[in-house]
Amino acid sequence: MMDDFPPLSLHVPEPAVRPGGTPDFSNVPIPKAGSVPRPPVDVDPRDIRDLAFSIIRVLNREGEAVGPWSGLLSDEALLEGLRHMMTLRAFDARMLMAQRQGKTSFYMQHMGEEAVSCAFRKALEPGDMNFPTYRQAGLLIAGGYPMVDMMNQIFSNEADPLKGRQLPIMYSSKEHGFFSISGNLGTQFVQAVGWAMASAISNDTRIAAGWIGDGSTAESDFHAALVFASTYRAPVVLNIVNNQWAISTFQGIARGGAGTFAARGLGFGIPALRVDGNDYLAVYAVARWAAERARRNLGPTLVEYVTYRVGAHSTSDDPSAYRPKDESEAWPLGDPVIRLKNHLVRRGVWSEERHRQAEAEVMDSVIMAQKEAEKHGTLHSGGKPSVRDMFEGVYAEMPPHLRRQRHQAGV
Amino acid sequence: MPRMTMIEAIRSAIDISMERDGKVVVFGEDVGYFGGVFRCTAGLQQKYGKTRCFDTPISELGIVGTAIGMAAYGLRPCVEVQFADYVYPAYDQIVSEAARIRYRSNGQFTCPIVVRMPSGGGIFGGQTHSQSPEALFTHVCGLKVVVPSNPRDAKGLLISAIEDPDPVIFLEPKRLYNGPFDGHHERPVTPWSGHPLGEVDAGHFTVPLGKAEVRRQGSSVTVLAYGTMVYVAEAAAQETGIDAEIIDLRTLLPLDLDAIIESVRKTGRCVIVHEATLTSGFGAELAALVQEHCFYQLEAPVGRVTGWDTPYPHAQEWDYFPGPARVGEALVRAMEA
Repeated sequence: MMDDFPPLSLHVPEPAVRPGGTPDFSNVPIPKAGSVPRPPVDVDPRDIRDLAFSIIRVLNREGEAVGPWSGLLSDEALLEGLRHMMTLRAFDARMLMAQRQGKTSFYMQHMGEEAVSCAFRKALEPGDMNFPTYRQAGLLIAGGYPMVDMMNQIFSNEADPLKGRQLPIMYSSKEHGFFSISGNLGTQFVQAVGWAMASAISNDTRIAAGWIGDGSTAESDFHAALVFASTYRAPVVLNIVNNQWAISTFQGIARGGAGTFAARGLGFGIPALRVDGNDYLAVYAVARWAAERARRNLGPTLVEYVTYRVGAHSTSDDPSAYRPKDESEAWPLGDPVIRLKNHLVRRGVWSEERHRQAEAEVMDSVIMAQKEAEKHGTLHSGGKPSVRDMFEGVYAEMPPHLRRQRHQAGV
Repeated sequence: MPRMTMIEAIRSAIDISMERDGKVVVFGEDVGYFGGVFRCTAGLQQKYGKTRCFDTPISELGIVGTAIGMAAYGLRPCVEVQFADYVYPAYDQIVSEAARIRYRSNGQFTCPIVVRMPSGGGIFGGQTHSQSPEALFTHVCGLKVVVPSNPRDAKGLLISAIEDPDPVIFLEPKRLYNGPFDGHHERPVTPWSGHPLGEVDAGHFTVPLGKAEVRRQGSSVTVLAYGTMVYVAEAAAQETGIDAEIIDLRTLLPLDLDAIIESVRKTGRCVIVHEATLTSGFGAELAALVQEHCFYQLEAPVGRVTGWDTPYPHAQEWDYFPGPARVGEALVRAMEA
């Protein structure tokens, strides 16, 4: 009987292409912009299962905004969105350079993913709370958080709002609805659900947003978050940023046999949508839909942003070791900044010349902020947080053993 | 003054806290409608409604993870992990998140949560209902770790824990829920009704975190103990006739080092007793502190009596449990050195 079966073998997924090969995204089907319907926010999740397998897109290849998810943003709002994304890109460029110059130890850039956090932020109201990962600084920039404070944190200088205690870019701003970034992966996803449950328990009107990457959906925290969000219908938007790469590991390792990451929500009865993460208008439209569901007490929404991490994972990473160098150019959803720029040109409110001018202005404002921040010091020179600060804030009140240790340290 | 079991005292602490502060919420596996497998939350859902006391999915990670989010919002969750043996799926949330949120956010976000869990053995619970994982938490900066030994302390310490601005791990020695237990498992169970510490004020009161209590005054040797081992040590002192001073630590982190130093400098001898396994147990920290601060007053090596370095066995429970005979031998050794 056993002879009837061949020996077993283990399946280990592989990306379509490795370094040296020709980039190939033929396995990423891209629906036409405007082709995915926009259901009412109180839709029965069972009736929109196909939205977990499609991609909601608004901007077409000609730069037009089309279909039922379009028409939500004014010229002014779109111009502001473009400026936010350009600012984030310029900020990244300067901070990468600062890291290479030794002004900080570490940096993580957003290249290619700027639309996700910048557009999402505009769908929230004051008082709402994000539980972000390390690649959503657009939430801060689009939320009006001062770049100088971001840089002070990156430089761990004397004006660092976090007193030099946290790794660069692990920002925190309660006032700006930005929960302290952990650095451990996935942990914040279930915390966002808890925050949302607390808002519902308190009969508040505020909602929460959780963030996680494609790779980290494999963490147990993701599962726990979906269980609790589903059970208690928490007013939370659960965001998966699928940028195709978890450091060197392609998204197929975490996704396994599932059709999409969004589809993970279906078994929980949570409405699950996939959206073009490089389309500012589509991200905003879907974020607003999901936020409205939460605010109407209709419960959680799972959103997968399909995007591409153009840069390295961090300043400690070299992607040429594991994927073709020109893969980002082959990414079929294009560049979020260029796509929004083209749309605004098409709308007649923007031009190539004004764009170049704006690039220079944005870079000037980033450089000015950097000069201001550097007055307070950088990691290895100038003003530093005090060594006393190392001992503060472990507890609300310093216990005797820490007082003894601080004394031993001579501070 | 009313008499309470430790279960009733814990329930009273939660009840009073919920009544005084609408931000206190209580949840965990089976804690809502049914009131907990040990009945510590019985009646609270009926009294405060199911949005303040509710059942959760079987996910310790989810229980603690959502509690952290609720605390960041401004609530004060007091959650139950059904057995301390089940806390490990939540360990990352406790260690990497709850304990560090105040520090890493420079106080923008805080985490005033209490994670209650029944711990310890003596109930034939085998390796999955008997563990004492306190050392896994005392090693984590940012946490407070509490182990009450009687109904009065359990209530006062739990109210302090719920009112504390930082995360507290609250380990409840389950063998003490219904009565003090000195390790003489062959004898009939004694209820709290006959014990002075079973008299508990019905109203609001606190026992401060970080303060030990001398349970038995003595001059010959200091015994450092907590939870069930306080009664085991009392029995050992009585049976050996050794005039031991027994200190109930009550809070392990932050530790009442002054009380320890004062006693050991007086007696010149020290025996540490805990139910948890020996190697890298909390006793190692205590022994290090005692030699560091009392070396020149010590007349004998610091002794440790603990569970053996094995998983908690089932049939061999009373060979594993550090009972009065083993503690008594350690007291005699300390006196003869």
